[in-house]
Amino acid sequence: MFKILLKKELAPSIKLFEFDAPLIARKAKPGQFVVLRINEEGERIPLTIADAKKDSGRLVIVFQEVGKSTKLLGTLNVGDAIIDLIGPLGKPSEIEKYGTVVCIGGGVGTPEIYPVARALKQAGNKVISIIGARSKNLLIMEPEMKSVSDELYITTDDGTYVKKGFVTDELKRLISEGVKIDCIFAVGPVIMMKAVTDVTRPYNIKTIVSLNPIMLDATGMCGVCRVEVGGETKFACVDGPEFDGHKVNFDLLVKRLRTYIKDEKESLDLFEKHSAECG
Amino acid sequence: MPKPLPNKIPMREQTPQERVKNFKEVPFGYTEEEAVIEAKRCLACKKPSCVAGCPVEIDIPGFVSRIAEKDFKGAIKVLKQKNVLPAICGRVCPQEDQCEKVCVLCKKMEPVAIGRLERFAADWEAKSGIVDMPEKKPATGKRVAVVGAGPAGLVFAGDLVQMGHEVTLFEALHKAGGVLVYGIPEFRLPKAIVQREVEYIERLGVKLMTSFVVGNTQTVDELLQEYDAVFLGTGAGLPWFMNLPGENYSGIYSANEYLVRSNLMKAYLFPQYDTPIVRGKRVATIGGGNVAMDSARTALRLGAEKSMIIYRRSKTEMPARIEEVHHAEEEGIQFEFLTLPVKYYGDENGWVKEMECLRMELGEPDASGRRRPINIPGSEFRIPADTVVVAIGQSPNPLIPQTTPDLQVGKHGNIIADEKTGKSTKKGVFAGGDIVTGAATVILAMGAGRIAAKSCDEYLKTGIW
Ligand SMILES: Cc1cc2nc3c(=O)[nH]c(=O)nc-3n(C[C@H](O)[C@H](O)[C@H](O)COP(=O)(O)OP(=O)(O)OC[C@H]3O[C@@H](n4cnc5c(N)ncnc54)[C@H](O)[C@@H]3O)c2cc1C
Ligand SMILES: Cc1cc2nc3c(=O)[nH]c(=O)nc-3n(C[C@H](O)[C@H](O)[C@H](O)COP(=O)(O)OP(=O)(O)OC[C@H]3O[C@@H](n4cnc5c(N)ncnc54)[C@H](O)[C@@H]3O)c2cc1C
Ligand code: SF4
Ligand code: SF4
Ligand code: FES
Repeated sequence: MFKILLKKELAPSIKLFEFDAPLIARKAKPGQFVVLRINEEGERIPLTIADAKKDSGRLVIVFQEVGKSTKLLGTLNVGDAIIDLIGPLGKPSEIEKYGTVVCIGGGVGTPEIYPVARALKQAGNKVISIIGARSKNLLIMEPEMKSVSDELYITTDDGTYVKKGFVTDELKRLISEGVKIDCIFAVGPVIMMKAVTDVTRPYNIKTIVSLNPIMLDATGMCGVCRVEVGGETKFACVDGPEFDGHKVNFDLLVKRLRTYIKDEKESLDLFEKHSAECG
Repeated sequence: MPKPLPNKIPMREQTPQERVKNFKEVPFGYTEEEAVIEAKRCLACKKPSCVAGCPVEIDIPGFVSRIAEKDFKGAIKVLKQKNVLPAICGRVCPQEDQCEKVCVLCKKMEPVAIGRLERFAADWEAKSGIVDMPEKKPATGKRVAVVGAGPAGLVFAGDLVQMGHEVTLFEALHKAGGVLVYGIPEFRLPKAIVQREVEYIERLGVKLMTSFVVGNTQTVDELLQEYDAVFLGTGAGLPWFMNLPGENYSGIYSANEYLVRSNLMKAYLFPQYDTPIVRGKRVATIGGGNVAMDSARTALRLGAEKSMIIYRRSKTEMPARIEEVHHAEEEGIQFEFLTLPVKYYGDENGWVKEMECLRMELGEPDASGRRRPINIPGSEFRIPADTVVVAIGQSPNPLIPQTTPDLQVGKHGNIIADEKTGKSTKKGVFAGGDIVTGAATVILAMGAGRIAAKSCDEYLKTGIW
């Protein structure tokens, strides 16, 4: 059992939890994730490790409520426990001294990019961060990102905060202003990551993205998480989740993510009906 | 002595029409009367050839004659001297290739139904509710870590804890049992039986840590700082694909994924359980082993109108247990022999729609002794399918070798370990089961666990590697 020690609502339907998980916290590195299972009937869902506090044994995750499992998770409170928390899984980000690095986070990608940006900063890079959200109220972790970035730019799709536009607009601006970028890390919705790679491809800027296919065991034994990178099939849970964005077949990723769309809806409807009856 | 009955006493089972609609176990098992009659077919040979056919050398005439005498408690005692998981082996051993194959009766008639009797004795014990706990040796103060809670790891852990060592069993998944829980379906091996055996091992004093991925949560080297020895029983969990064009379309599963969803995650009970599974109407399973039979039969129970086995050789070369092939045929699985998929076609949403296949013919025997399939040029044809399960084999998971640099592995990624001792190339580390041999059988994995336990005990006592 893994107990929830802290719960925060960062934005509507985006929540942060701190779990008591010393074994995992001790080993966690930026870019890695955990798999959790809420209860006996629960599915195994992957979530990125947003932070790991080695001294207190606390593991931080941030999630967006999109379907049954994440909505159910959101109903838990401090003191509640989930039955399984497994990790750290996946390969850590390749943290090196690249020079100038741009870290891009979209939506719940921001908490995922945060530990990466921090580690890159500690490794001596100049870190320029761009974070974006649909709207002001959905923009999260601005202070944290600011604290680990040399420069921070913000966009909102609807212009309710700082600058109207997409994260890629800021990236294009930096490139056009002649900023020399040695490497880019981008985490967020698939279309955002694809858009970033489209921007950087002509300039041949190394662009690393963190893929989020459907997962099951997340230890390399089932192959549901297969993605195509450079024409080869890879298992994202063990070979990734980070890959060279210029080689990723994003269309396949999008299609495979839709495999269970009907079941996901059925599961969610049942959950909401039940919550309404009992709530 | 009267001449034995020529045939095995049949085991009553659910009718095919009934059982394809549920996930309950297919055979019901023998009643006491049936077991006694079957046991009486055994000649209690002075030099029993059957024993040599059993990888763990169970005293077969010993336990069978006790059943014949209605001393069921005595029978289970004899069984457990050599096999701690008789309820499981009685159900899943390929007896026709092992103990029963070499029973003397085979010369003239059907062999003694050793597997069914083994299962009977184990079920009798469970039903009686009196499970004798073996005596444990005094505590040695030595600590052992076991990685992987499949048959190899369970047996190793159970043996070592009885030898007085402190044992912790680490399992990556959230349930212990290995293939017994995630692979073999409920209708062939009820999960309550596996659970019972796992609980027994825990009652012996083994500490079980599930959801603990060795290599990630802790490495083997880190375990060696806390434990005096480590046993690796991590199985052959890496699924093979065929690298065909279109293999990543939605609806194409590895058998591991299909079976893990259905068995471990209970997707057949969706939406009561959260994990979904595609309930295909036309399901094609590729392969000819137990894994393929289990997948094709699972597909039927999930509501497939047509469940097909696509196999590149002919029926005689199929490695699956005869009983499973028979059950599959009865249930209406369609077999496409001498057929090799070469390509998939999908729809605009990326869902598999059809597979293109080639017809094969059999040539000379290959290294495995089976006749090699050769494709017939120009024989392409298409099979419509909305779900495909690839069950062509699996190899050892590379996670542990990758994170343990001084552990030597063979060319298929299997850990190199001495057959007679289970010793790997790294001091203090033993290994056994599918991780060493590649995908094999439950009883062989158990046998390997037992051999390694003996030599590990020696090592812990003497410190000599
Ligand atoms: C390595 C990895 C790390 C992740 N890290 C985070 C994280 O830190 N925070 C977070 O909020 N989410 C993260 N995700 C996504 C998260 O796992 C899914 O949102 C979650 O499993 C959805 O479960 P559900 O039952 O609530 O929704 P479902 O009912 O399963 O899905 C609802 C909707 O979400 C979509 N969806 C399903 N699975 C995914 C997925 N894997 N990625 C994107 N969309 C999906 C579906 O298409 C559907 O539209 C990560 C995914 C991976 C693979
Ligand atoms: C579908 C199917 C049907 C089968 N049918 C039969 C049959 O009818 N008869 C028969 O005799 N054999 C059958 N087999 C084969 C048999 O099940 C295997 O040979 C046997 O289970 C091997 O046992 P094992 O202990 O070596 O490994 P496994 O049973 O594979 O167990 C290994 C365990 O180690 C865990 N693990 C792996 N990596 C790690 C890690 N890094 N950290 C922690 N834990 C880890 C895994 O999660 C797993 O639980 C079948 C196999 C399959 C897949
Ligand atoms: S363990 Fe398997 S091989 Fe040995 S006697 Fe029992 S059924 Fe036969
Ligand atoms: S060989 Fe057959 S008849 Fe002889 S003891 Fe074994 S089971 Fe009985
Ligand atoms: S999630 Fe099963 S192999 Fe990656």
